[in-house]
Amino acid sequence: MSWKLFNLLLEASLMTIFVSTVSILIGLFLAILLSAANLSGIRPLQWFAKFFISFFRGTPLLVQLLLLYNLLPVVGIQIPSLVTAIIGLSICTAAYQAENLRGGFEGVPTGLVESADMAGFSPVQTFFHIRVPIALRLTLPALINEAILILKASSLVSVVGLIELTRMAQNLVASTFMPLEIYASAGLIYLVINLVVATAGRQLERRLPGVGGK
Amino acid sequence: MGFDFNVILSKQDALVSGIGMTIFVWVVGTLFAAVIGFVIATARRYGGVIVDKALTVPIEVIRGTPFLVQLFLLYFGGPYIGLSLDALPAGLLALSIYGAAYFAEIFRAGYQSVPPGHVEAAECLGFTRIQIIRNILLPEMALLVIPPSVNMAIILLKETALLSLITVPEMTMTASAIGSQEYAFVEAMVLIALVYWVLVELAGLLGRLAEKKLSRYRLAKA
Repeated sequence: MSWKLFNLLLEASLMTIFVSTVSILIGLFLAILLSAANLSGIRPLQWFAKFFISFFRGTPLLVQLLLLYNLLPVVGIQIPSLVTAIIGLSICTAAYQAENLRGGFEGVPTGLVESADMAGFSPVQTFFHIRVPIALRLTLPALINEAILILKASSLVSVVGLIELTRMAQNLVASTFMPLEIYASAGLIYLVINLVVATAGRQLERRLPGVGGK
Repeated sequence: MGFDFNVILSKQDALVSGIGMTIFVWVVGTLFAAVIGFVIATARRYGGVIVDKALTVPIEVIRGTPFLVQLFLLYFGGPYIGLSLDALPAGLLALSIYGAAYFAEIFRAGYQSVPPGHVEAAECLGFTRIQIIRNILLPEMALLVIPPSVNMAIILLKETALLSLITVPEMTMTASAIGSQEYAFVEAMVLIALVYWVLVELAGLLGRLAEKKLSRYRLAKA
């Protein structure tokens, strides 16, 4: 396999990294909103969050993507495949991240929340200034794990036509008939990206201060 | 526009066979994965440092790459090294290997959770290694191992959808085919999403039941 082919794969991996990063961040934002809905005490909001989390964790991402990809044109929405891919991945990871965050929110010391109340914080202020930062810190390992899962899951967005690492590999295989070398190289690139994310995550965990002496 | 589920439901024979195939691949794949994973974890525990280190590499490689790439590598790349498999066996093999890497880690954690004193006590009583694994290690780790195993089984169920991409006639593939033929793709996808959802919830329920049943064996905290 020539360097030229490998370079094409490397270029395509930038798209994988881009799509995954954007989706994880949007997903994190959505997950915080879902957690807010869960903690709001408003029944319909809680039901919605529960349904959302259960459905998107209970169905394969491939089916979700195929559904989204075919649903949007039917309801008259025309968007580029990049946007479809990001929407699909973000929604899916939001459900998983919300489930991870649930544990984090349970771990927020009650004393801190009560102090914030006493200091005159509104519930919204308490949520964003006290609960969210602590929950995020507590669930950082889960977040890094999720980032790695999404990097791997992003290989599925090839079915909505976005040219990322896996789709590029498929295209190259179709024109060169070297599946062994090309898929192995694609796998290697995924592996390296994931090792970097895992290592960076461990460093980050070590450097950030803990919560409550942990 | 309008959604018409009747078109899809009229093809129920094909759908049911697709669902059957999904369940077959899932159950067999998960069993293989669990057995291979257990063998790997056992080999790592008793095989010495070299076996332990040597097995770390493939496990990390499988856990660090997407299942889709592994599947394509095996199915499309296999024939170039003399491994020509049909779609179904290729899919089953890929699923089993993928799952095994995760199950190996689950069982490793299980082995580590058993207090060494129990194993030493059994050794002193003259238990053979097989007896120790069967009568001490497995029962003691069962409770710890069940929740992540159920979780993994659920992940594998969702991964079976990818087998449609190498033309295994499971439910995503059948539903896509019917959906395209009948111009009712969205309806077909909604329908199978619901089937997956029900299966996942059922698996979770069974897992919780098993956990409850076994919880009377929970070790007293020393």
